[in-house]
Amino acid sequence: MDALVAQLQMQYRNYTASLYQQGFLDDQFTELKKLQDDASPDFVAEVLSLFFEDCVKLIGNMARALDQTGTVDFSQVGASVHQLKGSSSSVGAKRVKGLCVTFKEYCEANNYEGCVRCLQQIDIEYKALKTKLQDMFNLEKQIVQAGGKVPQVDN
Amino acid sequence: MGMAAEPQFHVLAVDDSLFDRKLIERLLQKASCQVTTVDSGYKALEFLGLREGVESNDPDAVSTSPEIHQEVEVNLIITDYCMPGMTGYDLLKKVKESSAFKNMPVVIMSSENVPARISRCLEEGAEEFFLKPVRLADLNKLKPLMMKTKLKKQKLEEIEKTSKDENGTVAAVEPEVKILPLQSELEPKQVHLQVVQEEQTLSSNKRKSMEEGLSTDRSRPRFEGITTAV
Repeated sequence: MDALVAQLQMQYRNYTASLYQQGFLDDQFTELKKLQDDASPDFVAEVLSLFFEDCVKLIGNMARALDQTGTVDFSQVGASVHQLKGSSSSVGAKRVKGLCVTFKEYCEANNYEGCVRCLQQIDIEYKALKTKLQDMFNLEKQIVQAGGKVPQVDN
Repeated sequence: MGMAAEPQFHVLAVDDSLFDRKLIERLLQKASCQVTTVDSGYKALEFLGLREGVESNDPDAVSTSPEIHQEVEVNLIITDYCMPGMTGYDLLKKVKESSAFKNMPVVIMSSENVPARISRCLEEGAEEFFLKPVRLADLNKLKPLMMKTKLKKQKLEEIEKTSKDENGTVAAVEPEVKILPLQSELEPKQVHLQVVQEEQTLSSNKRKSMEEGLSTDRSRPRFEGITTAV
């Protein structure tokens, strides 16, 4: 049992560390984990779930706003980008946040192609992050089920 | 650190984003604060018993007269800047303009680092301006501030109560009362009042002077009907 736990824990450590290294997550994610405790044991999962819901909603708004045949209301697009930038920043979703920064600049420059490109990239990026985090949570579950404790992995 | 400390401070958090509300709520709980979250400046004013320009005696208002608000004691307001309708800045102004809450500490949060915005808020009386994402370390900075305001309020209430008891009328309370030097400012005032329950005053003053490090003997002569200004 212990060997299994140790192995899972190592896997978990490596996996989580790689998420930071590859720029999926930044230290704000670490801050989020600090807020999780016995009183709020699922806090990180809950917040991430809210974040991904936000992604779906806001990306939908942006797509609709960019889909206007005729004049595109870039300020409308920008408003959604601003919101997504805020929540991705609060969650530590580094790549998504970075894309939002670029996206915002394109909005301000009324650059249609730039906006469409960014939108596509953000869509890909948030989904990739979601999958990665799913894998991470699964590892956590396995560790707990094997009787072990989830190791603390920071940046 | 296993003991859950009893929440000492009640914070009213204002943010139009559900996501941000959830975050700030958890942050504040983790910092051992009691939290109430609302999603707009209007709701915040309602919660405080203030409404748009009305320190309300309006029977239709959600809360009633300003005195009632003391039952929901709030030690700090933390608000997002960018909100539809009433911005955090507007809320700040309304709070500072009210007589009931002008001393309430208000903290503004924003995801944007705009120096002009920051100085405007600070000039209007905001205690602090936090850039989002807000962190635990930021909130821990607020504790001494909330403690000071809470103590000050308690002290003012104490003075009012003591003056009322002894004289039947409320003595004038200095708005600029400080906490630590307060003892020495208080004593002359109590001396001038007709002290009916001298012993009570004596013992309470004894306690105070002991806290100040003075001997009780020295303090006693002061309060045997001698009304010398100290």
